[in-house]
Amino acid sequence: MEHVVKVGMCDLKTAKPPQRLLTSGLGSCVGICLYDPVTKTGGMAHIMLPDSAQARGNTNPAKFADTAIPLLIEEMLALGAVKSRLVAKIAGGAQMFDFATNSEVMRVGDRNSKAVAAKLKQEGIPILVNDTGGNFGRTIEFDTVDGKLYIRTLDKGESIR
Amino acid sequence: MADEFLQLSPVQKDILKEVSNIGAGSGATALAHLLRRKITMTVPGVRVLPLEEVATVTGGADHKVVGIFQRVEGPAPCSILFFLSIDSAMHLVDMLLNRALGTTRFIDKLNMSALEEMGNIVSGSFLNALGGFTGLKFVPSVPSVAIDMAGAMLNSVLYHYGQVGDHALIIDTEFAEQDRHLAGNFFLFPDPGSLTKILSALGVSNHGACC
Repeated sequence: MEHVVKVGMCDLKTAKPPQRLLTSGLGSCVGICLYDPVTKTGGMAHIMLPDSAQARGNTNPAKFADTAIPLLIEEMLALGAVKSRLVAKIAGGAQMFDFATNSEVMRVGDRNSKAVAAKLKQEGIPILVNDTGGNFGRTIEFDTVDGKLYIRTLDKGESIR
Repeated sequence: MADEFLQLSPVQKDILKEVSNIGAGSGATALAHLLRRKITMTVPGVRVLPLEEVATVTGGADHKVVGIFQRVEGPAPCSILFFLSIDSAMHLVDMLLNRALGTTRFIDKLNMSALEEMGNIVSGSFLNALGGFTGLKFVPSVPSVAIDMAGAMLNSVLYHYGQVGDHALIIDTEFAEQDRHLAGNFFLFPDPGSLTKILSALGVSNHGACC
């Protein structure tokens, strides 16, 4: 069993102790960590876009906030997690470049964060940590042993949430 | 539409490569004039990659780089990302300001605007050449500079591809100064849909008589 489970862009994975889930280089993308503290089942998704309805002819549900979250929950339940116990920690949704033109491109991070929060609310999952926004990249690691989220940035180092 | 990149024929790839080669040559010449140094460049690569693999081309999602980003509007919108290592960016500022190499120790606001200007000149030359061949107008935005994880910067670009499919088209060239004091990677990402327009303007669309 791999100790560190890597989650790519537009990808989702589940894990059990002593495993950790890792995703690198979150910009406007959002990393979503779900956790059942009793069974210690963890899950992570790395979404790129807010809404699958706006996409044309798409196949990968892990790419969108509205389709990745239900799929991640489903995979965690299959591993023994109980939905009513799930809690969430989210990070990312940054705006890496700032300038006036083409507002849609620039706001995608913010739209991603809001879509993730809305979908989690709809699923009845409380957000314990919301580290979104800003203009910097993040690499996140989620420990299934204690449910701690390690957020690394280039300028501010690591914070444990 | 989603498959437009995957349907690229070898001939279409070669033509894209050739046009990019002329564009990059023009960009390298502009950079050489600006820095008064010899600039070499590699033959551009034209690659179609799954979205999650794009970061590997830039040395990994975590890799710390200086990124100069420009949106290009017009009939065939694109994004441009120019990646430099931190050392290269500092050397570049020294060259631009005519100082001894090693004078610049960190990238501040003033240095950033020097880098933006350099990005403007290289991309402007590249796009002029591309515009000359295709007859299409390419209008670049003011550049924006960030120093951060390569993967995080790529998010802003890849999101366009994500809306229509799971692959990205990358045209990339490495520019380097003769003595390798600086080296950078210039990436052009035509938006989904733009490729068809560029190819048909070049007379090699899938529906055309060619090939």
